[in-house]
Amino acid sequence: MLKIRNLSASIDGKMILKGINLDVNAGEVHAIMGPNGSGKSTLAAVLTGRNLYEITEGQVTYLGKDLLTMAPEDRARAGIFLGFQYPIEIPGVSMANFMRTAVNEIRKFKGQQPMNASDFMKLIREKIALVEIDTKLINRSVNEGFSGGEKKKNEIFQMAMLEPMLSILDETDSGLDIDALKIVANGVNMLKRPDNASIVITHYQRLLDYIVPDFVHILYDGRIVKSAGKELAVELEAKGYDWIKNHDGDE
Amino acid sequence: MENDQDNIIREVTQTDYKYGFFTDIDTDNIPYGLNEDIIRLISGKKNEPDWMLEFRLKSYRHWLGMEMPQWAHLKIPEINYQDIIYYSAPKQRIKPGKFEDVDPQLLETFNKLGIPLDEQKLLTGMAVDAVIDSVSVKTTFKKNLAELGIIFCSMGEAIQEHPDLVKKYLGSVVPYRDNYFATLNSAVFTDGSFCYIPKGVRCPMELSTYFRINAANTGQFERTLLIADDESYVSYLEGCTAPMRDEHQLHAAVVELVALNDASIKYSTVQNWYPGDKEGKGGIFNFVTKRGMCKGKNSRISWTQIETGSAITWKYPSCVLRGDNSTGEFYSVAVTNHHQQADTGTKMIHLGKNSKSTIISKGISAGKSNNSYRGLVRVTQNAVNSRNYSQCDSLLLGDKCGAHTFPYIEVANKTSIVEHEATTSKISEDQMFYCNQRGISTEDAIGLIVNGYAKEVLNKLPVEFAVEAQKLLQISLEGSVG
Ligand SMILES: Nc1ncnc2c1ncn2[C@@H]1O[C@H](COP(=O)(O)OP(=O)(O)OP(=O)(O)O)[C@@H](O)[C@H]1O
Ligand SMILES: [Mg+2]
Repeated sequence: MLKIRNLSASIDGKMILKGINLDVNAGEVHAIMGPNGSGKSTLAAVLTGRNLYEITEGQVTYLGKDLLTMAPEDRARAGIFLGFQYPIEIPGVSMANFMRTAVNEIRKFKGQQPMNASDFMKLIREKIALVEIDTKLINRSVNEGFSGGEKKKNEIFQMAMLEPMLSILDETDSGLDIDALKIVANGVNMLKRPDNASIVITHYQRLLDYIVPDFVHILYDGRIVKSAGKELAVELEAKGYDWIKNHDGDE
Repeated sequence: MENDQDNIIREVTQTDYKYGFFTDIDTDNIPYGLNEDIIRLISGKKNEPDWMLEFRLKSYRHWLGMEMPQWAHLKIPEINYQDIIYYSAPKQRIKPGKFEDVDPQLLETFNKLGIPLDEQKLLTGMAVDAVIDSVSVKTTFKKNLAELGIIFCSMGEAIQEHPDLVKKYLGSVVPYRDNYFATLNSAVFTDGSFCYIPKGVRCPMELSTYFRINAANTGQFERTLLIADDESYVSYLEGCTAPMRDEHQLHAAVVELVALNDASIKYSTVQNWYPGDKEGKGGIFNFVTKRGMCKGKNSRISWTQIETGSAITWKYPSCVLRGDNSTGEFYSVAVTNHHQQADTGTKMIHLGKNSKSTIISKGISAGKSNNSYRGLVRVTQNAVNSRNYSQCDSLLLGDKCGAHTFPYIEVANKTSIVEHEATTSKISEDQMFYCNQRGISTEDAIGLIVNGYAKEVLNKLPVEFAVEAQKLLQISLEGSVG
């Protein structure tokens, strides 16, 4: 589904991604871990088309297409979803209106008719139940005044609404209490299908107790320095990043 | 990033002003220029009584001694008042009156504008007065309205048929000496709409006037007078368009509203005069004086305006709150893009006791445009227990545009409360990207955000127009990414 080859990116001349290689196939869950500032969010931003970064090298193909030449909205319409580490507030635009526009844009892209109001309301109700968010949030402006946890849950709600092929969740577990964490994980698991995939960026092994990854990658200073099965997360939690640093040096 | 912007800007240049067509109809023009003979000629063409000609001449003589106002935050090029044609009328084959008599080409023009003048086809339940260049072409639903005693006709007709009402109220809210452009209008106004709602009548349909400038080098100087007698109610909407021309064209209208005891007037404008091209060439100069007098107790006047067009907008729809317990409201969305300039706002003059006013102004600037809010709230000594609430918000798209707020507040008694709030915000890259990441294009995202921002004002429009206005906002801002 997603093939990243030797991807390097910089901002203001500063190299942040330094040759990333990663393959994600349908049906897989990948976890990316790594210390602060190692480039995890940057990778997510580059994959979703944020134009702040300059791509200095490498290719990315997504479903056979050259991803890096696609406009951000086209990537989204083609099924790439980013759960933001820091969700953005949009005053004056209600969640309902925002989602209706997004859902219909994606439908248009697929050659489908816009959804009528009653079907849309049904969809909203169904997805609200899935992520257990407060119905009132739907009539409020996008993320405006939402609590930290509400913002994170709202990202999962949007993911549930849009049913992406590839979801990238950037620290969606940070700032969640344990119940919310379970709800978010549960939501992600329920949305999992054999034909979609997700990349979960996290600092904590505890999320991976609920969302069981097929692969764990460690991103360190702009490179993936280690990839293994889910046991890697446990090892990392026990030994810390110093272990990686040394390990990296050994090779 | 730079490339993205260039692309979008290129796209915009290709989005045409939808109403920019010109209809080739025979017109009856008078010579260029302005002098007493021209005024006599206009008055004569309209078969006006002497008192009307006198009003015009006294205005003209006063105007000669006036100077163009310079206080607005606008760069106004020199206007040569001798280079304008002050009267242009489509030559009708037969005198208007019956529907069948209207020139088919004219009907076609209004059809293109989406304003069908055919009463049978007019299902929206809206009475329309259509003004093209200098004269009113057709007023629909006149008969139905007449049964309720409502007079809705062109100003020219009102001068002939209802001289007492016109004499009593014309210039009573905007005196002929009021300001440079209002004085000019008083001298040369050609047509416009007149409306009188009798005592106790609630006007059952939206009244609407569409103004269209068609002929080249003509100025449009319409005059609207609307009187709501005791306990009556009317909702009135005006729309305006013009062809695309390289030269600037002058539009200087005067609108006077009078609300008597317990009467209520809702006046909405969707202003979409040709704004000029993206280089700032052409476009309408819109210098308008709009004022409402809440003359009676408990009266209410509400202005709602969606200003998207014109190269220059100079406009301050105001309320004189003379009646005790009277209410004035001003809800405005003003959009400027490319090289457009707008200096708009309101004046709320509190004279009556317990009078209330509300001002909600939403400015949106994009491109290299300049958008200013200018508002005066004056509470006189006698206007005890008065209240005003003003909220002026500015939204900036990009960093080459400007937003300015000039509030003037004068309170002359201790029992009144005046509140003023102002905010400035920007559509951020982060917001744009968040929308993009949900599959929403940049253009649509701007539309979404801008409509959300302007919602409070859009909600004040009659429902039929709210949707149209939303689309208009989005169209006017196409290609203005921040
Ligand atoms: N806009 C920017 N301007 C300058 N530096 C930036 C910018 N965005 C990211 N960086 C830098 O790039 C590096 C990687 O940042 P990134 O946000 O990708 O890290 P991360 O792995 O997601 O960290 P965290 O775990 O703290 O979220 C950091 O050193 C950061 O300061
Ligand atoms: Mg991060």
